[in-house]
Amino acid sequence: METQINSASQSNKDAPKARPYFQNLNWNWLGVVPFFLFAFLFIFLPATSLFVGSFQDLEGNFTFRNVQMLFTESYLINSFKLTIEVSLVTAIGGAIFGFLLAYAVTIGGLPRWVRNFLSTFSGVASNFAGVPLAFAFIATLGRVGLVTVLLKQLGLDLYGNSGFSLYSFWGLALTYMYFQFPLMVLTFIPALDGLKKEWREACENLGASKLQYWRYVAFPILLPSLLATTILLFGNSFGAYATAYALTGGTLNLVPIIIGAQIRGDVLNDPNLGYALALGMIFVMAIALLIYYILQKRASRWLK
Amino acid sequence: MKKTKIWSWIWIFLGGLYFFVPLYATLRFSLMMKKDVLSFMAYEQVIKDPKFLEAFTFSAEMALLTIVVSLILVVPTAYWVHLRLPKLKPFMEFITMLPFVIPAIVLVFGMIRTYSKPPLLLVSSPALLVAAYVVLALPYMYRSVDVGLRAIDVRALTEAAQSLGAGWPRILFQVIFPNLRSALLGGTFLTFAIVIGELTIANSLAWKALGPYMTTLAGMKAYEPAALAVMSFALTWGSIAILQFLGKGRGGAAPENMAGMH
Repeated sequence: METQINSASQSNKDAPKARPYFQNLNWNWLGVVPFFLFAFLFIFLPATSLFVGSFQDLEGNFTFRNVQMLFTESYLINSFKLTIEVSLVTAIGGAIFGFLLAYAVTIGGLPRWVRNFLSTFSGVASNFAGVPLAFAFIATLGRVGLVTVLLKQLGLDLYGNSGFSLYSFWGLALTYMYFQFPLMVLTFIPALDGLKKEWREACENLGASKLQYWRYVAFPILLPSLLATTILLFGNSFGAYATAYALTGGTLNLVPIIIGAQIRGDVLNDPNLGYALALGMIFVMAIALLIYYILQKRASRWLK
Repeated sequence: MKKTKIWSWIWIFLGGLYFFVPLYATLRFSLMMKKDVLSFMAYEQVIKDPKFLEAFTFSAEMALLTIVVSLILVVPTAYWVHLRLPKLKPFMEFITMLPFVIPAIVLVFGMIRTYSKPPLLLVSSPALLVAAYVVLALPYMYRSVDVGLRAIDVRALTEAAQSLGAGWPRILFQVIFPNLRSALLGGTFLTFAIVIGELTIANSLAWKALGPYMTTLAGMKAYEPAALAVMSFALTWGSIAILQFLGKGRGGAAPENMAGMH
């Protein structure tokens, strides 16, 4: 033992870097073990478990049947379609409305306090979701909601013949918008600030019209971040469960709602089909976020 | 130019209307329990309900536990990665982004499958609930700590402390943490806001937390849920408003959106 330590310190003198490096390497990895163990146990393991379950039948044998059923059962196809539709509508609607608001407070020339107010409020509203959000909209546009009653007095019966219901597709979309477009406002105010004055001046000097400036300069620069944010909004509502559940009580055939029902009682009569459904959601989310990252990289080329 | 400005005001007006009308409607509705007069009766009813107190206490306890576990898990790891393993940063970012890819309802589904059979029978233990909440809060907690660490020179501070003879506890508690104060507070408030009214996971694991309580109440009563919603705004928004205020300071967390809640 003694000699070993001696020889180690001896070699230390000869090659001073070798041993500390080796020592550091061991120590450093140990420092992140608890975190990675946690991530393994509570993110990786549950995800893998769903993945494995998706490819098993009730006896635990390998099968493609569950995943296949996602593409053949009309009930499941429709639920994915509906979820994607709600997400697309609220993502695009949120992106447009959010863009207009962000434009209004940056280039639109509104006073500074409006901008500060809007961004603070957007920060709060983009985090507003779940049960309270559902209540707020029921109090506004439900059957006896403030706006419903007000419109009735003006002669417009929302629940009468217009076919509107807060608990249907458009009602849900309108509710989701509450947390969707503030997110767009938050990401787009800095993006619009990033449009350099010099670009506009250069265009004007070269004789371009305002429309040409937007068509050939500003819009192409903004496009990647516009698309990236839209996709972020898409993912934001695709995985949403709490708001939809609190609002519709599970009557709308959305994928997260079906999974929730499957958890509380085997509504699909096939646990493995439930796992395949969950896997399908991860798949869609992963693709959305991948596109987001690629676009975000492109966006950062011009806008810092 | 004048025309642009008019349109800007119109859009802001519409945005403001959309923002405030639902809030106003909820507030008004919550005050209408007594016929023909505005009163706080619905609020009194909510507070008097022992089940409310139970649910609220439970959720608050879970929030505190989640905050403690997240801080213990994330802060030393993020610090260590900044100091010694900078190459691991992208990987850490990837892992902490995973809760965005895996929606909360899917995460809890996987957890139930994994932990409902021996040897890992955790499904009825509050530990699994806290673990799920830590995962939900992970992106926010990690990012606010990461932003905080980027704003200070971790290496210089650590080496300076070491050269003055400080040991690890002293470096962490008296040098690094005080410099991260606003980032840590930011992560803490965000985590609290996520957990206190959370529905998806609490409902799936069958806990009588505040979120499920609110949903049940909504099916039975009319005015109390509105009162509860107003109280919940005040609580959540209060913590986010504090966060925004903190975000203006150095190394604070920028307010971000919470995918897990929706």
